[in-house]
Amino acid sequence: MKNHKRFVVTGAAMTALLAIAACSGGGGGATPSGSQSSAAAEPVTINVHTFGGGENFGYDEAVKKWNAEHPNIQIKYTNLTDRFEDVYLPQLLQRLQAGAGAGDVVGIDEGAMGLMAARPQFFTDLGQYGLESRKADFPAAKWEAGRNADGKLFALGTDMGGMTMCYRKDLFKKAGLPTEREEVGKLWPDWNAFLETGKKFEAAKTGAKFMDGPNTIYNVILFQEAPKNGNISYFDKSNQLVIESNPAVKTSFDWVTTFSKAGMTAKLQAWSPAWDKAIKGGGFATMGCPSWMLGVIEGKAGESNKGNWDVAAVPGGTGNWGGSWLAVPKQSKHPKEAAEVVNYLTGKEGHVAAFKEAGAFPSSLPAQQDPEVAGLKNAYFNDAPTGQIFSESVKNLQPVFFGEKHAQVKTAVEKVIEGMDQGAVKYDEAWSKFVAAGVKAAG
Amino acid sequence: MTLQLAPPPRHAPGRRTAPARRMARFDVKGVPYLLVSPYFLLFAVFGIFPLGYTLWVSLHDWELAGDTEFTGVANYGELITDEAFWNAVVNTLGMFVVATLPQMVLALLLANALNKKLRGRLLLRLGVLLPLVTSVVAVAVVFSQLYSRDYGLFNWILSWFGVDPIIWQNEKWSSWIAISTMIDWRWTGYNAIILLAAMQTIPRDLYEAAAIDGASARTQFWRITVPMLRPTIVFVVFISTIGGLTLFAEPVMFEGNPMMTGGTTGQYQTVAMFIVKSAFRDFEMGYAAAAAWLLFVLILIGTMINYWFTRRIGGAK
Repeated sequence: MKNHKRFVVTGAAMTALLAIAACSGGGGGATPSGSQSSAAAEPVTINVHTFGGGENFGYDEAVKKWNAEHPNIQIKYTNLTDRFEDVYLPQLLQRLQAGAGAGDVVGIDEGAMGLMAARPQFFTDLGQYGLESRKADFPAAKWEAGRNADGKLFALGTDMGGMTMCYRKDLFKKAGLPTEREEVGKLWPDWNAFLETGKKFEAAKTGAKFMDGPNTIYNVILFQEAPKNGNISYFDKSNQLVIESNPAVKTSFDWVTTFSKAGMTAKLQAWSPAWDKAIKGGGFATMGCPSWMLGVIEGKAGESNKGNWDVAAVPGGTGNWGGSWLAVPKQSKHPKEAAEVVNYLTGKEGHVAAFKEAGAFPSSLPAQQDPEVAGLKNAYFNDAPTGQIFSESVKNLQPVFFGEKHAQVKTAVEKVIEGMDQGAVKYDEAWSKFVAAGVKAAG
Repeated sequence: MTLQLAPPPRHAPGRRTAPARRMARFDVKGVPYLLVSPYFLLFAVFGIFPLGYTLWVSLHDWELAGDTEFTGVANYGELITDEAFWNAVVNTLGMFVVATLPQMVLALLLANALNKKLRGRLLLRLGVLLPLVTSVVAVAVVFSQLYSRDYGLFNWILSWFGVDPIIWQNEKWSSWIAISTMIDWRWTGYNAIILLAAMQTIPRDLYEAAAIDGASARTQFWRITVPMLRPTIVFVVFISTIGGLTLFAEPVMFEGNPMMTGGTTGQYQTVAMFIVKSAFRDFEMGYAAAAAWLLFVLILIGTMINYWFTRRIGGAK
């Protein structure tokens, strides 16, 4: 009996550990990069791994074209998940640490660029494959963010967010508000006007809420405010947490509180099944829309909602939320070919194809000036001239700096906002809890 | 046959028989260990090694795919003053109690009912096991929908009584109840079957004698069945303790995303979720390893309390 007990006890510990190991392993079943030997005749396979909801990076067409033209370098394009911070990023870090399993080309969201730049040991220097020559193609800030702690070029920019406001035409009509995008844009030159419009919408009792949840609008405003406060959000450029002192954070927080107190949000958590359902079923009327969000809406709302969603100017002028980069992990067996693929996908052709497919607005300057981009209309959004709308929204854009722990702080503070909106955190305690959560996450 | 064999020469007994004797001794003393060794080898690789390695990691400031630095017991020091960790411990224990107590009583009553002569008894017995063979994720997904704010069944039923839609994830009590029902739905039948098996080993004549003495069915149940089931109840409680303290899948699915925060303010974050969050959301491997060790200690204590407690039920000495 005594021995028996001991085994039960060690068994308990084992179960605990195994449970944890099992959950953390990810087990994505990704093929190890470059499994084929690079014998001259054998085609090289380059695994491109990305993330994102809906149409995500929008590389289907671009990859098809490349594969047809390059029999010796075949791209295998896999979108691993729609969740970045809590699925894609931890998995990528584990694979980088393990030295196997990461793609030959990996997508990285802006929120983790600080983290990746601080880990130069994991990435190939793209400069040695001649990609330094691409500097003139990108806005300075997008280009500089791709340089790591060693000063080496490790990532090239793909899309950028820009900023617009998506709205449900059918719900606006029901509420007696204008439905044409120019008129809708004129409803809200600034956030005060947006609040007033929201009050009108709520008064009409359509059964839907004015906005999805607190955090989409919070991010929209934060990324508009950050450029007014030295292009920083949670961290300053020396990686010090400035969450409490940066007026950009406080202003965005205050706006969200106002919207939440006015009862205008559907209290939904972005990227949750309930949120998906509401995008499709008309649970809310507006949502802050960086360019990539158009692809998300199209993917989640589906064909049956074509024409219901439209896109107008965002209150408060320009802004940028989101955007990604492509990098080549050092573990890739074919860094040269991978760099060629990066060069192609971040080149004008790749950018234009991605914009057409997923609405992801190019960060590449030649692509932005391409008539195909500037003149593009989005059929799903009632032929909205998205090319022109987003070009307007990124004019004079100042990209925001991200600290090494940006992703962790972002997750932690947004939880507090969510809790406040749903009632778990009291309004008068919310700001202090918000700051405390940020301080803790920053370690 | 044996008659023709010459007896072994007396002067050299050791040379020929020593290996044979050693072999024989090995056969008796060594082979049993050899035969049980595969289990221990596997246990060493998948049990002891991870335990030891986790301990080693827990003594470092160990960042996932980043720097590592030996810091001694600093992680433990930080952990025992970390409100979030204790919040997770309280949640885990709370949900364990809320889930296990009714589950044990239900399982016992269910087993007792199934032990009666019923029509279609086999089918009923198989029926209570069915929830166990459904995947835990499927269970959690279905229950999370039943508990969903806008179109959930439970809020719909409550609306008949004029109750406003409840955001079940929003409060400790509501989220604990929701998660506990998932656990109970899945495990009550399993425990009932184990208890039932034990019940069937109780000699019939005990009941007959008691019946003759005029003991009611209820008295028989509490005075005969429960005391006779004591070892089985101990086992079932052990297993439930381990399961309860490593609770993970249900609250994660209930949250609806893999952020591991267990609600906006950690209303239902369990220790297992806390560990995964530290390791793979905050990338603090050392801190997570320390939390894993504290969970191990917690389970040890929990199991011991349970053992002590269950020994005393049913009027045992």
